[in-house]
Amino acid sequence: MEALDEAREDAAFRWYLRGVRTAYSIPGFILMSSFVGFSALAKAAGVGLWASVFMTGIVWALPAQVVLVGAIIAGNSLAAAVFAVALSSVRLTPMVVAIVPEMRGPRTRPITLYLLSHFVAVTSWVLAMAKLPDVPPARRTAFYFGLGSTLTLSNMVVVGSVYVLADTLPREISAALFMLTPMYFLTSLWGSAREWATNLAMVFGIVLGPIAHVLAPSFDLLIAGFGGGIGAYVIYRLAHRRRTA
Amino acid sequence: MSYFSNDAWWWPFFFILIAGWLATDAWRYLGVYLGGRIRDDSEMLVLVRAIATALVAAVIGNLILFPSGELASTPAALRIGAAVAGFAAYHIARKTVIVGIIVAEAILLAGLYAL
Repeated sequence: MEALDEAREDAAFRWYLRGVRTAYSIPGFILMSSFVGFSALAKAAGVGLWASVFMTGIVWALPAQVVLVGAIIAGNSLAAAVFAVALSSVRLTPMVVAIVPEMRGPRTRPITLYLLSHFVAVTSWVLAMAKLPDVPPARRTAFYFGLGSTLTLSNMVVVGSVYVLADTLPREISAALFMLTPMYFLTSLWGSAREWATNLAMVFGIVLGPIAHVLAPSFDLLIAGFGGGIGAYVIYRLAHRRRTA
Repeated sequence: MSYFSNDAWWWPFFFILIAGWLATDAWRYLGVYLGGRIRDDSEMLVLVRAIATALVAAVIGNLILFPSGELASTPAALRIGAAVAGFAAYHIARKTVIVGIIVAEAILLAGLYAL
């Protein structure tokens, strides 16, 4: 019995390590270069070294961090900053709703899922949605803990080091760094789609996002997300009904 | 009470804790709560995935059209052209992510140094 328990723990640790290794992949390195850009942004805004590192670990969502720094630059009150960041982060709810059934094993405790949910952000979400189906259900939380915690800690280190070291990147290189994130999201999100409803939702979202940003800046992501997502789902359903009828 | 309105050492951290952590993790916890109530193969999940994807796609669109940092000072046409070319290259290379990124970055940098 004892030997069996040991073997089980060993397997969990192995899957944790596989999660760690998954963090050091092309998507992981692309995310790190996005945080290079963030570090430069935070420094320019006058956010301190430790505050920038703290923000990276505790918020762990790049768009939300960019919005928060934007609110700091604008001199917004705490209440206004909460509102802006909360609006930019509503998307985390459907992302977590989608990942929980993938991550939940036969005996996963709710508290484990609540703690792991902190690591949900675009990169770990895209990586996990692609890799979790190949992980044994009982090992998925260990795998995701390895992946999520490693991504978070590595990027806290990246933000701190860049803040201290790099003061003057050439203009062109700095611009190119800011382009990495959207290109990575664009290609990897397209590849991780399970059904074409998701691809269609992506097309709608990418077009509606900037339009909504011009028309209703505070609600742009909500409008584009719910409008684009529900629209794509309805078209997908209608097409399927016609085929099966 | 803005970020710079209080000189206490803890004030920036408190500001980030409330406006950053609370405003993001509350949504994550809500997601765990709701996700625990949906069956794995539920039709509802197709809809949720579509909404989550469209939201992230909107972030992508905004990052390209209304970027932050140095990218903001580059022509929008160059950014869109680089993104479209990168996406096309990604498809030609049979959905290889790194190919799409390299092509987009190469076109962006070539454009910036040529300007």
